[in-house]
Amino acid sequence: MNIVVVIKQTFDTEAKIVLKDGQIDPSGVSLVINPYDEFAIEEALRIQKKFGGEVTVVSCGGPRSQEAIRTALAMGCDKGVQIDETALESVDEYVRAEVLAKAISEMPYDIILGGRIAVDDRSSQVAVRLAEALNIPSVSSVVKLDIENNIATATREIDGGTEIIEVPLPAMITAQKGLNEPRYPTMPGIMKARKKELKVINPADLGVSDLSAKMKVQNYSLPTPRQGGKKIEGEPAEAARELARLLREEAKVL
Amino acid sequence: MYFDTNEDHIMMRKMVRDFAETEVAPGAEERDEKEEFPMDLWKQCGELGLTGITFPEEYGGVGADYTSYAITIEELSRVDASLGVTISAHSSLGSNPIYKFGTEEQKQKYLVPLATGEKMGALGLTESMAGSDASATRTTAVKDGNEYVINGSKIFITNGYYADTYIVTAQMDKSKGHKGIAAFIVEKGTPGFTFGKKEKKMGIRSSATYELVFEDMRIPAENLLGEEGQGFKIALVTLDYGRIGIAAQALGIAQGAYDQALKYAKERVQFGKPISQLQAIQFKLADMETQITAARLMVYKACELATAGKPVSQAAAMAKVFAAEVANWVTKEAVQILGGYGYTREYPVERMMRDAKITEIYEGTSEIQRVVIANNILKD
Repeated sequence: MNIVVVIKQTFDTEAKIVLKDGQIDPSGVSLVINPYDEFAIEEALRIQKKFGGEVTVVSCGGPRSQEAIRTALAMGCDKGVQIDETALESVDEYVRAEVLAKAISEMPYDIILGGRIAVDDRSSQVAVRLAEALNIPSVSSVVKLDIENNIATATREIDGGTEIIEVPLPAMITAQKGLNEPRYPTMPGIMKARKKELKVINPADLGVSDLSAKMKVQNYSLPTPRQGGKKIEGEPAEAARELARLLREEAKVL
Repeated sequence: MYFDTNEDHIMMRKMVRDFAETEVAPGAEERDEKEEFPMDLWKQCGELGLTGITFPEEYGGVGADYTSYAITIEELSRVDASLGVTISAHSSLGSNPIYKFGTEEQKQKYLVPLATGEKMGALGLTESMAGSDASATRTTAVKDGNEYVINGSKIFITNGYYADTYIVTAQMDKSKGHKGIAAFIVEKGTPGFTFGKKEKKMGIRSSATYELVFEDMRIPAENLLGEEGQGFKIALVTLDYGRIGIAAQALGIAQGAYDQALKYAKERVQFGKPISQLQAIQFKLADMETQITAARLMVYKACELATAGKPVSQAAAMAKVFAAEVANWVTKEAVQILGGYGYTREYPVERMMRDAKITEIYEGTSEIQRVVIANNILKD
């Protein structure tokens, strides 16, 4: 079974976001594999263990995204592909899905796995768009996955419960927390990762007809810092009256 | 040489740190309290390939360099110095002598399962009357046909009781002094081999420290390591490399205490502002970071020499004595920055201060390191 995992390199979830000249400043920030994509990598390796085949990890990103791909290779994936975004003027979910679809359509695949959401922009779009572009079914937010006779039985989270969906392969599956516990890369894995194939693709060579982003970012702003709470001093009856007044006049909830 | 780390090292550090913070750190306080040896963590270390980092793949190892090894010990010790020394003693003291001096058969039989983490190793060198003066070894070995008969005891043995394979030194001809000593590979469970007292220690309390007792213990002649009379040399070479592990352990303890102190200093508010804004604290943090950086350069330099196959004795001794003293000073300052909280067992810095002390003592006291350094300086 040939398995493709699409991953994204994101800021460490503990990183402090700094704006510089109106842009998010990535300098000095430690980058990680999007945590949801780690579930996808782990699931891919488990599927491979059961059915054999190759696991190819694909990522869109700049030069630093190779670190994320190498980490996936150290975890046990076989081959890596970086779609180098450096040359692109602007990138959005549409562009990423299009270039991923083109790149993946040229490789053999029976199942594509990804995270249900990226922890940076939280758009949850690329994987689903990718499935549309490849004209294959997709199931999102999967917490349990079984494969038998070329049918994937996926348990996914929905509001207030779970839903079980059967899809024929090839299919796109996005991973939700709970699907598995991702492994650590091992020492020998890290040593071997350097020797594994990591192909760099220029998106311009993929033959995508329209590489212009459909979404334009106007500006970035940091969330307003959280205000401290307000303490109302005084006699209980007095304080209660003041609280009621504030709730009505300032908070406008009464 | 840049005494620096490459991309593989960065990935290794990240992996070991993730493992250390997620799996090792949460139970460190309790293990210290209960003096509990973490067999489960040992197994996980084996699965991650942390038990045979510097040994070639054909002997079950990873085939990585000494810097990778030091980073591993450093990152484990940053959260739990006991686990750090367990891996260090296993690798440097229990396994490395077999790699350096063993026959091909010995390497296949003993080194492979040690490197993969299937078995644990230890070194039985120290005796009650033979500490810094290892030549005063009283444990005896007598050749009897195809066997050696060993009698005596060893104390303060790290990984004792839990280890499966022991390198044991014994005197074969007292008249020859240290040239009469031989080293042997001894398996746990050999008749006549028992464990004595378990030490109750000030620090590294969840690492195991036991007495080994040999009473007419018979081992096959093929378990002689190197040659008869080579035991003292084997011990010295083993310790030269072992000191890299202890230097890395000390470095990790210092880094762990500094990280705790820095975090606390930014959060703790006194006089209306975080104490990190007070110059008295800032100067402490600046000195801690400076000392740790210097120690790290010395440790990595010793690693580069070891990886290149160059003499390591002086560089390892300098790295060890320096890093050990830095660890003791930094942990003391970390407790000071945390004040009353630092002195309680609610915060890990008091444990780190207790753990740091041993790095000035084992695998050669700081005084012995200075003897080694001076001997190297003055040898011509």
